[in-house]
Amino acid sequence: MFSFLKKPFSGNTEKSPTGSTEESPAENAADQSTPEKRSWIGRLKSGLARTGNQLTDLFSRGGKIDDELYEELETILITADVGMDATRFLLAELRHQVKEHRLTESGQLKEALAQCLYKLLQPLARPLDIGPHQPFVIMLAGVNGAGKTTSIGKLAKYLQGQGKSVLLAAGDTFRAAAREQLMEWGARNNVTVIAQQGGDPAAVIYDAVQAAQARRIDVVLADTAGRLTTQAHLMEEIKKVKRVIAKAMPETPASPAAPHEVLLVLDANTGQNALSQVKAFDEALGVTGLILTKLDGTAKGGVIAAIAKAHPIPVRFIGVGEGLDDLRPFEAEDFVTALLGLDSD
Amino acid sequence: MLDNLTQRLSGVIKNLRGQARLTESNIQDALREVRMALLEADVALPVVKEFTAQVKQAALGQEVIGNLNPGQALIGVVHRELTKLMGEANAAINLATVPPAVILMAGLQGAGKTTTSGKLAKLLREQQKKKVLLVSCDVYRPAAIEQLRTLAQQLEIDFFASDISQKPVDIALAAHDYARRHYHDVLIVDTAGRLAVDEAMMAEIKQLHAALKPIETLFVVDAMTGQDAVNTAKAFGDALPLTGVILTKLDGDARGGAALSVRHITGKPIKFVGVSEKMTGLEAFHPERMASRVLGMGDVLSLIEEAHREVDMAEAEKLAKKVKKGEGFDLNDFKMQIVQMRKMGGVSALMDKLPAQLSQAAAGSKVDDKSINRIEGIINSMTPQERAKPEVIKASRKRRIAAGAGVQVMHVNQLLNQFEQTQKMMKMFSKGGMAKMMRGMKGMLPGMGR
Repeated sequence: MFSFLKKPFSGNTEKSPTGSTEESPAENAADQSTPEKRSWIGRLKSGLARTGNQLTDLFSRGGKIDDELYEELETILITADVGMDATRFLLAELRHQVKEHRLTESGQLKEALAQCLYKLLQPLARPLDIGPHQPFVIMLAGVNGAGKTTSIGKLAKYLQGQGKSVLLAAGDTFRAAAREQLMEWGARNNVTVIAQQGGDPAAVIYDAVQAAQARRIDVVLADTAGRLTTQAHLMEEIKKVKRVIAKAMPETPASPAAPHEVLLVLDANTGQNALSQVKAFDEALGVTGLILTKLDGTAKGGVIAAIAKAHPIPVRFIGVGEGLDDLRPFEAEDFVTALLGLDSD
Repeated sequence: MLDNLTQRLSGVIKNLRGQARLTESNIQDALREVRMALLEADVALPVVKEFTAQVKQAALGQEVIGNLNPGQALIGVVHRELTKLMGEANAAINLATVPPAVILMAGLQGAGKTTTSGKLAKLLREQQKKKVLLVSCDVYRPAAIEQLRTLAQQLEIDFFASDISQKPVDIALAAHDYARRHYHDVLIVDTAGRLAVDEAMMAEIKQLHAALKPIETLFVVDAMTGQDAVNTAKAFGDALPLTGVILTKLDGDARGGAALSVRHITGKPIKFVGVSEKMTGLEAFHPERMASRVLGMGDVLSLIEEAHREVDMAEAEKLAKKVKKGEGFDLNDFKMQIVQMRKMGGVSALMDKLPAQLSQAAAGSKVDDKSINRIEGIINSMTPQERAKPEVIKASRKRRIAAGAGVQVMHVNQLLNQFEQTQKMMKMFSKGGMAKMMRGMKGMLPGMGR
């Protein structure tokens, strides 16, 4: 019945497609994973536990599929910040599934909802691909307090783990001690930080790109000051930063102009304003990927579904903890598994 | 992106025209729209449910007075209830204790505690003439202490140095002792951001609270927070006896529904709102304005305040004098006005703040950021002499200006016509003909659009 589950939840070839709820393929996927991966899902799940528990309660209660059940489902999706639009879309999809597969039991709804969510989120799960250009320049942007500088620290660690050499550019010349904060991350990762006392953010990053070229560094991570999208002059400033980076490393036949990746950092606690952040930053900079931070609290990050619906941009990483290793590539199946509490324990 | 509630309701309520009372049956659909609008403004669902029930209660039997339509009457009810829920008047900060009065800041990571600590110190010094000491107990985030030190230095406020090898409680107690001995009126204690589910960290801040016995324990929350605001606020409220809330980053375009959720869950007043990156950007909270904002009813008051903040008063006065004297209003002044408008975020930002009907009317006048940019470009392509005496601009100058600004000669002509009208209007103004001026204004708006 659920042929779709074969694809999303990998390593499930021997399972009959008509698996019952207990034999959820996702559980299998987790079983076959390495312990490290399992703890990763576990951590993500504990963050998203609230939604998961609510859903598990709802589905395991049994009974028929009726309007009341749909309404409760709507409630749960909304409280996860999925937003009105995406919630309506998911429920319409779900109704469609129910009709097509003639589902009658509320228990079957979970898998059907998993499919709908997965279908919505899967297109966003495209990992960051560090191209052959040297250096590969990554620029980070976002509103104040989203976690840009912290994400850079974690990203540096992640990239070093992949055998890349990294250089950090302290482009936040506005906030007090932002430079010191980045230098501290540089020291922890043993990475060079290019910074200037005061000065212009574009100039600092320009220098960093040139330094990286001279030192044959693989990846440049450029920090920028947090800015609210309503501040027109600051949005102009960040456009300029991007233009100046392109001047430091112009287009060649072999590679496009820098920056090769523009990452927007979003706080998972953010509500529907995340959508207008995505739109505004994308309009200004052409955002190529998202980082969703602070998923380790009670925030559910359902706003990803809203983004997937209204303005899809790949989610490159999610942050689930304060440790240096707690930034991981986004995987739609893990996220759905965690959000819906499919992995029953 | 978000339709405002007024527009949404007008659709539903069209068929209610002529009904004299709001009844259970005729407000059903409208209440659903209210619910939807609140959810889209990030008000948490449990709060929305309770609130719509309250609105229903208050609205039932309400008479539709005068020339209001039922939709307007209902919005009135919603707005009133919303204001009530946010707290009637703004609550002042309480410093009435044996000095130093301790203010403890708490909240999630990235909510804006450190920046707000600096702003609050400045505000207390300037508005209440207090001697303030700042201290950071954030030994976790890299350079967090350094950040507060830098802020304190910029603001010229006393700072108690701490070190990441110390324990937060020790730092706080040492700072308290220092403040007492140096006759500080207020001690503001910045803390590390923490998740409500992090038991060790929550225990730490409870310990801090017990040791310091602060008179104000302020929960700092980001105005952009989504549905989870209820959970966080509840957890912090359970762990700490909060005395108030500070809502930060309100200068963004978030509706700020979190304000409502936090206020409802903690039951504590919102004491301040952060409205700008600048160190002066901390203001008293106004419930009725926040209600308007959540409902998307336009925020004319904030617009006026912003105008005061951003517009260069000296320049504006100079212009006013010039006009009064009947001296020539030239293209330099024209450009100045454009620059000032841009400082406030451009035409589109201004429109966002206007109530729905007004902004629709303004949208019809074809003034947009693009045409304003073009006007500025054209003026920039003129020589100083041309700007001061536009009458010297004849055909060949027009061609040069058009080429310089990358526009057609036609656009230069349009600008000059428009400028002439404005100039005429200014002359009328200087002669005191207000009524004449209003008539003249009609001709001015249609921008540079095609």
